[in-house]
Amino acid sequence: MSLFRLTWEYLTTASNWTGNGGLLDRLGEQLLLTVTALVLAMLVGLPVALWLGHIGRGGFLAINISNIGRAVPTFALLALLVTADWPGTAELGPYGRAGLATLIALGLFALPPLITNAYVAVREVPEEVKEAATGMGMSGRQRFWRVELPLALPLVMSGVRLALVQVWATATIAALVAGPGVGRIIVDGFARNLYSQGIAAAVVVAVAALVLELLAAAAQRAVDPARRTGRRARDEVQGGAMSAAGPTLS
Amino acid sequence: MLVTLLVAPDIGSASETDGPSCYSALVNEWWCAQYVKDRHSEIVDATVQHLEITVLAVLLGVVIAFPLALVARRLPRLESTILGVSTAIYTIPSLALLPLMVPFTGLSMTTVVIGLGLYALTILVRAMLDGFRSVPADVVESAVGLGYGRTRLLFRIELPLALPVMMAGLRVATVSTVALTTIGTLVSYGGLGNLISHGVQRNFRAELVTAAVLCVVLSVLLDALIVLLQRLATPWSRGVRA
Repeated sequence: MSLFRLTWEYLTTASNWTGNGGLLDRLGEQLLLTVTALVLAMLVGLPVALWLGHIGRGGFLAINISNIGRAVPTFALLALLVTADWPGTAELGPYGRAGLATLIALGLFALPPLITNAYVAVREVPEEVKEAATGMGMSGRQRFWRVELPLALPLVMSGVRLALVQVWATATIAALVAGPGVGRIIVDGFARNLYSQGIAAAVVVAVAALVLELLAAAAQRAVDPARRTGRRARDEVQGGAMSAAGPTLS
Repeated sequence: MLVTLLVAPDIGSASETDGPSCYSALVNEWWCAQYVKDRHSEIVDATVQHLEITVLAVLLGVVIAFPLALVARRLPRLESTILGVSTAIYTIPSLALLPLMVPFTGLSMTTVVIGLGLYALTILVRAMLDGFRSVPADVVESAVGLGYGRTRLLFRIELPLALPVMMAGLRVATVSTVALTTIGTLVSYGGLGNLISHGVQRNFRAELVTAAVLCVVLSVLLDALIVLLQRLATPWSRGVRA
């Protein structure tokens, strides 16, 4: 099939990678967006969710936010933000056209997996472990920092991993509303019947997604206390990209 | 011709009698009943296409996921491969997966159905394996003791007991697929996504809000339908939470 050959040609032509609006340019833009949105969502979502898990309140909201996040199409939310008077399609520094709208949408869709996983992680620290900590004379704060958080970390990290996948996917979709990122090259290719260009950019996005996922998985393994002590049982229960929050696709 | 400057035929209300229609380019309101009325055939067509794509994709997911789950259960060595590959597919953004299908299936509805079916598959395989794992071992043992063969054990004992967990997975897969179908607009088969896309291009607020609301309504309705089906199929487990 010549479409394969054309796609390969597009990918192996240096000028398609370099230059203004080239693959590298857009890839950098999308990575910057993804990291910014993920960090912002973590700063907002994690403290709240960990605290709720610690005091054991607000579970209904923490669990159901994931269901809501799944039902709202990312595309629809992006479309609403871009069409509104604010934030609209205004440029935002290095984030490109409709940068603010895209950042808001990415941050919002990163929250559900972060919140649900962090909440469940702290909540499901075994009751007897918490009692033992209290029995040893730990205050509530000490118990949280020294017992609950370390035990919860792997599941919290799997929430971060889910959020990362989600944010990367949503950042790609931003192109459907003329936003920044590699998706722009995909959408542009399909709009102008340059299918090889669209497919080539899709390959780049997919490979980048897999690399990000592998990096996140490595980070998750690094923070697993059970792994450090050589026990693998926790991995069986909590490992994998899909955990408490379940997958949220986009 | 989309953003028409129709004069509202409504003479009843006093102050805004002869103003432009609420979906004219001048007013461009977010919600406009007149738009829904005027364009209802277009909206219905988009909704039907959306429903069609969603249902076909989920069915495709179920049809592929079931044998995969059975194989993964029999051969634990294959289980990690199957789960690994499906997780990798799930990692790929939908806007990238659809173009990757185009060389094989072209710009067609098949592209969208297969692409979304692959995502549903990921969720469903996991749910099915979890479902089988939730069947109490002693029940299986008693059934074997009673002389149940492999097939009869699967369909009469294991499947019914695994159903609540599997159905929970089906709900997640269905709701996700409804939302994802909108991305099919890249290859012009996106159901309500086509309206959203058009709404963005023309800055037509009423159109995109109506489509977005219908998406959410559709996923809530399908979710409720599955819950109802599950109640009917497993009358013994009324209280199982999803």
